[in-house]
Amino acid sequence: MLYAIETSGITKRFDEVTAVNKISIRVKPGELFGLLGPNGAGKTTLISMLSTMIEPSGGSALVWGHNVIKEADSVRQNIGVVFQDTTLDDRLTGRENLDLHGRLYGLDGKMRKERIKEVLSLVELTERADAIVKTYSGGMMRRLEIARGLMHHPHVLFLDEPTLGLDPQTRLHIWDYIKKLNKDEGVTILLTTHYMEEADKLCDRIAIIDNGEIVALDAVQDLKNSLGGDVITLGLGNPGDVDKLCSSYQKDGCANIVTKKQSEVFITVNNGERQIPHILLLASQAGIPIISVSLRKPTLDDVFIHYTGRAIRDKEVSGMEEVGYKMRSRRK
Amino acid sequence: MTTLDRAAQTVYTMWLREMIRFSRSKSRIIGALATPLFFLVILGAGFSSAFQVRGGGTFDKSYLAPGLIGMSVLFSSLMGGVSIIWDREFGFLKEILIAPVSRFFVSLGKAIGGVTTAMIQGILIMIIAWLIGVHYVSIQGVLAGIAIMFISGTGFIGLGIAIASRIESHEGFQMVMSFLTMPLVLLSGAFFPISNLPAWLKILVYLNPLTYGVEALRYCLLGNSTIPIWQSVIVLVIFSIAMIALGGKLFGKMRA
Repeated sequence: MLYAIETSGITKRFDEVTAVNKISIRVKPGELFGLLGPNGAGKTTLISMLSTMIEPSGGSALVWGHNVIKEADSVRQNIGVVFQDTTLDDRLTGRENLDLHGRLYGLDGKMRKERIKEVLSLVELTERADAIVKTYSGGMMRRLEIARGLMHHPHVLFLDEPTLGLDPQTRLHIWDYIKKLNKDEGVTILLTTHYMEEADKLCDRIAIIDNGEIVALDAVQDLKNSLGGDVITLGLGNPGDVDKLCSSYQKDGCANIVTKKQSEVFITVNNGERQIPHILLLASQAGIPIISVSLRKPTLDDVFIHYTGRAIRDKEVSGMEEVGYKMRSRRK
Repeated sequence: MTTLDRAAQTVYTMWLREMIRFSRSKSRIIGALATPLFFLVILGAGFSSAFQVRGGGTFDKSYLAPGLIGMSVLFSSLMGGVSIIWDREFGFLKEILIAPVSRFFVSLGKAIGGVTTAMIQGILIMIIAWLIGVHYVSIQGVLAGIAIMFISGTGFIGLGIAIASRIESHEGFQMVMSFLTMPLVLLSGAFFPISNLPAWLKILVYLNPLTYGVEALRYCLLGNSTIPIWQSVIVLVIFSIAMIALGGKLFGKMRA
């Protein structure tokens, strides 16, 4: 088996809408792979198909070497899933939830006991294990679900928006757990997120998914590098010098892209930190006074804008505006 | 583990969950016992002062007890099946549906769990009725009565699971419960003798599976019934097998 997850042209149509359109990805064993995209891009639908919750309308997928349609039971035995919404029984204690899960996956009594201890300490819930889940906070419930997803030693773990709706501190915690179990337990992880930072901090590779299609797929750093390096912004004292400075950089050949705006010059270069002295030297040789310098690394936001032509938030904002519009029109 | 072991494990797991939940819901148990008890005490006293059953027997709390046990079994087993709707509402259903186990054995375990709670409640009412003076014919009769509770409970829970698998929301659940349980109870002979009914009512009463449950209980506990016991048992067994098969089949097709 070469890949933990391998899809070829997997597609899901709901009536008229194509939620996932011919997606092909290959995730290596042990990899932490992210699906990044705005709400409604098709991430959850893709995870639902890979975890055998819904059947694809076309294409095929192998998870840990098993076909998601023909060998659904073998797939289920090898995966753990943490859904976006809670799927715990909130009348039971944390330990009981884990125990029932272990039973459903065929673990015997001794193994369940050991494993419950392990996964509880992994997510630091040992002390609250015998409290009824109803009394847990949102972050604790998410941690318990991650622990439960790991109970049966799955080879592949699916996490659908693992930190959605959690406060920043809890989010950092969950990130630590995810990294830890990817490293310590060697679990292949496929997670979806619409948080740039989450994809950036956690994932080895990411696929940017938009309108049910993959628009870019690579290691995070490579995606950023594909934009042509760092951006240096120079502020000039005299706007009249802008053109002169631009042409001197172009002549020198140190910059990939040079653009200008009023009294500012933008230069895209590789290894920005090392280039700043050289850039400033050129300016002083040309006798042009520089009053400010700043360096910016390209972010995943820049990558997302580059590939989709808009920021990841745009869709949600337009949704908000629509609500605002409706409320306004009701007032009339 | 063999397939059989896994099946047994699945059934046991689902049963265990129902038991834990049941033991935590003390108010539910008290509520479930209170309604039939009020009926038993108040209706029993009121009716026995006013009516006589044809043939000389009095229409009192002894006559009502099997009907109320039947009603309680109906309520709690139907509820047990329909609780799948809550599982979906609160997400736990996904956890079950994604597990590498047979859906049929999942629903079977759920059914047996629900039936166990229904039987516990039925037996409690039986004991309380005995404490307040209802007389049962024999200990064998009581044991046979418990078996009848099991068979009819299984049937109604299968029906509940079948309904829950097809209903999309919990608003629908409220409607089904009131449109289903009240007619079933009122048309069952739990509250009146069925020996001398007008023709239209007789048809409805004899089409109602609960009638056979109540009649069988009446035979086992009190020693006499309008419908012969063998007839009641045959109808109940067929009903129960059919409903479990239907419930298992529809649950197998269910989507979270």
